[in-house]
Amino acid sequence: MAIVAITLTPALTRLFPGCPRLLEMEAANVRGLLDALDAQWPGMRDRLSDSFPRIRPHVNIFVDGERSVLETPLRPGARVFIITAISGG
Amino acid sequence: MTKTLILLGTRKGAFILESDGMRRDWQLRGPYCDCWPMNHVIADPASGTIYAGGGNEWFGPAVWKSTDLGQSWTHSSEGLKYAEGEEPIKAVWSLAPSARGLWTGVQPAGLFLSRDDGQSWRQIEGLRNHPTRPKWTPGGAGLILHSLIPHPRDPQQIWVGISAVGVLHSANGGESWEMRNRGTRADFNPEDQRYPEFGQCVHCVVMAPGTPDRLYQQNHCGMYRSENAGREWDSIETGLPSSFGFPAAAHPRDRDTLYLVPLNGDIAGRYVPDAKAAVWRTRDGGKHWQALREGLPQTNVFFGVLRQAMATDRHDPAGVYFGTNTGEVYASADEGESWRQVAQHLPAIASVETLIVD
Repeated sequence: MAIVAITLTPALTRLFPGCPRLLEMEAANVRGLLDALDAQWPGMRDRLSDSFPRIRPHVNIFVDGERSVLETPLRPGARVFIITAISGG
Repeated sequence: MTKTLILLGTRKGAFILESDGMRRDWQLRGPYCDCWPMNHVIADPASGTIYAGGGNEWFGPAVWKSTDLGQSWTHSSEGLKYAEGEEPIKAVWSLAPSARGLWTGVQPAGLFLSRDDGQSWRQIEGLRNHPTRPKWTPGGAGLILHSLIPHPRDPQQIWVGISAVGVLHSANGGESWEMRNRGTRADFNPEDQRYPEFGQCVHCVVMAPGTPDRLYQQNHCGMYRSENAGREWDSIETGLPSSFGFPAAAHPRDRDTLYLVPLNGDIAGRYVPDAKAAVWRTRDGGKHWQALREGLPQTNVFFGVLRQAMATDRHDPAGVYFGTNTGEVYASADEGESWRQVAQHLPAIASVETLIVD
């Protein structure tokens, strides 16, 4: 398990009152990180990943600068950015 | 003081128009639900809770909920999912409160039930297990479950409408389902396959008040009435300007009165015929139709009205309301005799429902 630094998009945090944009959490991989976020803010996992399961197609989770998938491992001190894709209309 | 609310689901959030019992002046509130596309915004008349169902391209499907008439909202999608490996749910399309809970229809077509007021859901698997499902094909808006009609007295019975599959009925709470499409056409099929068991493009199904066996259906190919709970359908499109349209709205008390907004045709632009707005009303169960135009624009009108974007209220005389895909809302406080525009410049309107708070 690794402690990582996470930056969340405001499009996400506004859906979960009280959720900060910058935080640290402990997880072994991205899937575990979403589980940890969901434990603290119930429902957040469903916003970021679907039932397939995979990261939602219009959500990007960058780990140390690289787009990740649910199985991407997390190293201690990794920087994680959870952001929305340029899409909408 | 009585409040009358028009609940609007739009491409960019939920809105609420509020008036009193007279329904002359309307105040607009919104957008709510963080501007997510909302396909259906309804209220449970028993509790006054407002639910908004939709889906966001970034964050997926959810049902939003307000217990204070729209002032504050929460959202949830717990359990609103298919099994791993199946195509995930894209959006919520329809909501219906009932004695059993909150029925919820989704895209791709499936049915869920919430028994805790929109906190969590479980799938009604019987529908997706129907033997015809491998052959279901989507309509223009996708494979959507858009019409939800719980039986008003028997909690085991429910009808659903799925585009382009047809109408299905369950008599055992959703465990098993029967197709109910006999008599409805599929003009888009080869000539010798125009009346299949399923595959009809149902656009909207509503129940006549107090008469669960009488259903009305606006289809892609015609307008229909059933007197036997959907087992057989009879065409009632004679006298209408078109067999094509999306919404249908039943009168709150008179089973013979129904409102439609026919459009000019599926390959003709899908706007109001002759570019003149009209709501068409029958007072005799579909034998005769009357165009209601007073107060509606009659020149250069190229809007359409989507399948869930017309509703009545329970006042007497009944109010009738519709929203357009160009973001306008029209209201009648006299059963459709006269109309006024009560909102404009909104995003495309997907749904219109009403709530009266006494």
